[in-house]
Amino acid sequence: MSRAAFTRIAPALAHARAGPAAALRRAALARSYATQSEQTVTVRDALNSALEEEMLRDDRVFVIGEEVARYNGAYKVTKGLMDKFGEKRVVDTPITEMGFAGLATGAAFAGLRPVCEFMTFNFAMQAIDQIVNSAAKTHYMSGGGVTCPIVFRGPNGAAAGVAAQHSQDYAAWYGSIPGLKVVSPWSAEDCKGLLKAAIRDPNPVVFLENEMMYGVSFPMSEEAMSDNFILPIGKCKVEREGSDVTIVAHSLMVTRSLDAADELAKEGIKAEVINLRSIRPLDIDTIKKSIQKTNRLVIVEGGFPAFGVGSEICAQVIESEAFDYLDAPVERVTGADVPTPYAINLEARAFPDGPVIAKVAKRALYRTN
Amino acid sequence: MASLARARTALPRTRKIAPFVRTLQTAADSTQLHQDASHSEPFSVKLHEDSFRGYKTDAPSLDLEVTKDGLLKMYKQMALMRRMEQAADSLYRQKLIRGFCHLTIGQEAISVGMEQALTRQDNIISSYRTHPFAVLRGGTVVSLLGELLGRQCGISKGKGGSMHVFTESFQGGHGIVGAQVPLGAGLAFAAKYQEKPVATYTMYGDGASNQGQVFEAFNMAKLWNLPCVFVCENNKYGMGTSAERSSSNTEYYTRGDKIPGIQANGMDILAVVKAVQHTKDWVVSGNGPILLEFVTYRYGGHSMSDPGTTYRTREEVQRMRSTQDPIRGLQRYLEEWGLASEEELKRFDKDAKAQVDQAVEEAKASPLPEDNELWTDIYNKGSEPSYIRGREREEGHHF
Repeated sequence: MSRAAFTRIAPALAHARAGPAAALRRAALARSYATQSEQTVTVRDALNSALEEEMLRDDRVFVIGEEVARYNGAYKVTKGLMDKFGEKRVVDTPITEMGFAGLATGAAFAGLRPVCEFMTFNFAMQAIDQIVNSAAKTHYMSGGGVTCPIVFRGPNGAAAGVAAQHSQDYAAWYGSIPGLKVVSPWSAEDCKGLLKAAIRDPNPVVFLENEMMYGVSFPMSEEAMSDNFILPIGKCKVEREGSDVTIVAHSLMVTRSLDAADELAKEGIKAEVINLRSIRPLDIDTIKKSIQKTNRLVIVEGGFPAFGVGSEICAQVIESEAFDYLDAPVERVTGADVPTPYAINLEARAFPDGPVIAKVAKRALYRTN
Repeated sequence: MASLARARTALPRTRKIAPFVRTLQTAADSTQLHQDASHSEPFSVKLHEDSFRGYKTDAPSLDLEVTKDGLLKMYKQMALMRRMEQAADSLYRQKLIRGFCHLTIGQEAISVGMEQALTRQDNIISSYRTHPFAVLRGGTVVSLLGELLGRQCGISKGKGGSMHVFTESFQGGHGIVGAQVPLGAGLAFAAKYQEKPVATYTMYGDGASNQGQVFEAFNMAKLWNLPCVFVCENNKYGMGTSAERSSSNTEYYTRGDKIPGIQANGMDILAVVKAVQHTKDWVVSGNGPILLEFVTYRYGGHSMSDPGTTYRTREEVQRMRSTQDPIRGLQRYLEEWGLASEEELKRFDKDAKAQVDQAVEEAKASPLPEDNELWTDIYNKGSEPSYIRGREREEGHHF
């Protein structure tokens, strides 16, 4: 059992559990997206302030999950909330995913607005019946009589060195369920604006964070710092404009795609990078518009290749008029179709990085040199 | 659970048997008058001494105050519910009801008795054998039957079917065995959070009682002192598997570990009322959760596709119907206590039949849902995605 191992038994694994510290170290190494003129905020702090602001705004909002209160969150996203709002509104649960996901869903039926934290979405598989069958479908099955305003959130996707059971991207799983909204933010601005939107949304929202991003700093505009900053769920953002090839990515893969775009720029290739932000609803219109400009599409994700987010985007594009604008086959860059390996060299080969994305983008441009 | 099969006549009672090993009895008509029955004032009755058993708590007292009006109302409701379920049975056999259909015939004392003892502010959530709750707690027979037929007039607009029926004070109607138990704990959590003095009755069967999430919900409810009554409707069989073949401990009221429990005769509606009054007081007084096991019996199969005779004998079913029927039990009280004549009760039965017959016709006359309903209620109005896809890309719906 990884949880016990993390904290008590196996010191060798402690670095994996010490997510925040590890993420901070990575953040120091990672590129900084901050410019001198603006305030910078980490993804973790952006999530934290979104929670705090929404809890101040609406006393029906409460946070429930493992280690969210006294421990300040396994990844410190809920840090300080218990001190500010008390244990009534920041509720530590036993290790009982199916139970507390169901309990939180029932509380949403009764008019509260739970934010249900999973320590990671890998553990939410224990609870997926409650998310899919209870939260997502009850509004429809009751003919609109029952509403379920709940957010399920936590880190998703591959982390570093935690092997197969703790490294998996569930975007495609939840993305296929009618009745759910699914968000996969990348930057601090995304996290703040979309988490606030998710909490205010009257529907169940699955909010997929990424552990590797928690410690990364981003510039935040005055507008994004304000209490009323909300981003629309279902709209993507063009992070970098370009005219030669469209790269669509979500979460951590936006970073990797921007790395690739930097590399491509050195060779005079102007890549447009689209940050998907929302998996469901999917903003296919923005992607199609970009294809009409670039005529090439590369989709990048951290999930497994089969039946994935990239597969769906590809299908929707070739079903649409955008197909006629494609000058090359759609390309997907995904996690390898293998259980995530532990060894560092094998793990590196299992997920997209800048060079492989750049290579594939050039292939889409028929520039294979 | 041996209690039901042994029934009231089975155990020779000797002084050597301590009270805690006495078996619950499930006669439907063993309550006695405590004072003369009144036509206008409340009067008290005494339940049979083996109506309840307690685990880590005293069993409820055997004294219950009733009124003639209350008893008549329950009689009419039970008669109506049985007629409605019989109509559903018939509509199913005519192939007008699709899919799964689980009937409560034999278990009417529980839904009607609970409704009698609770208010509309209290919550009830249950699994898929729940038609009466939807009708008793805000729905109508037409809307229930309309739902089974998948019509516009259905309580869920024809989108839920037999297993998914809801009202303001009945939160479903859930099709995944056991999943409603954490949901019910959540309703109780919300009541506590909002400081509402209401009880939440979270119901499941002897089959669902072995789901892991049931114990997860018990643990959190006790840990957080939630005002939740976990109700096990022990009808002796989870589908075709008898309680003894599924549960290492068939004393379901004792399975809450530190949560106290009450076992109650689920065939005598007066014992049901008393048990619900007692447990509601328990939870709204801040005592935390409590388990309540109703020992009952379903006359029919698990669902319409189960004849219900491969895993139990016809004689067993026949014995239950003829000796422990909850409606006949209440009928006997009303007659013996001089509150209603046989003719009056027969008239109530006829009224129930007429009401259901008319409801069947009304439900059948209701049209199928509009095609456009396919797309609505997936998301709350005003928060939908701009487009929902149909079977092919030109068939979707734009909001």
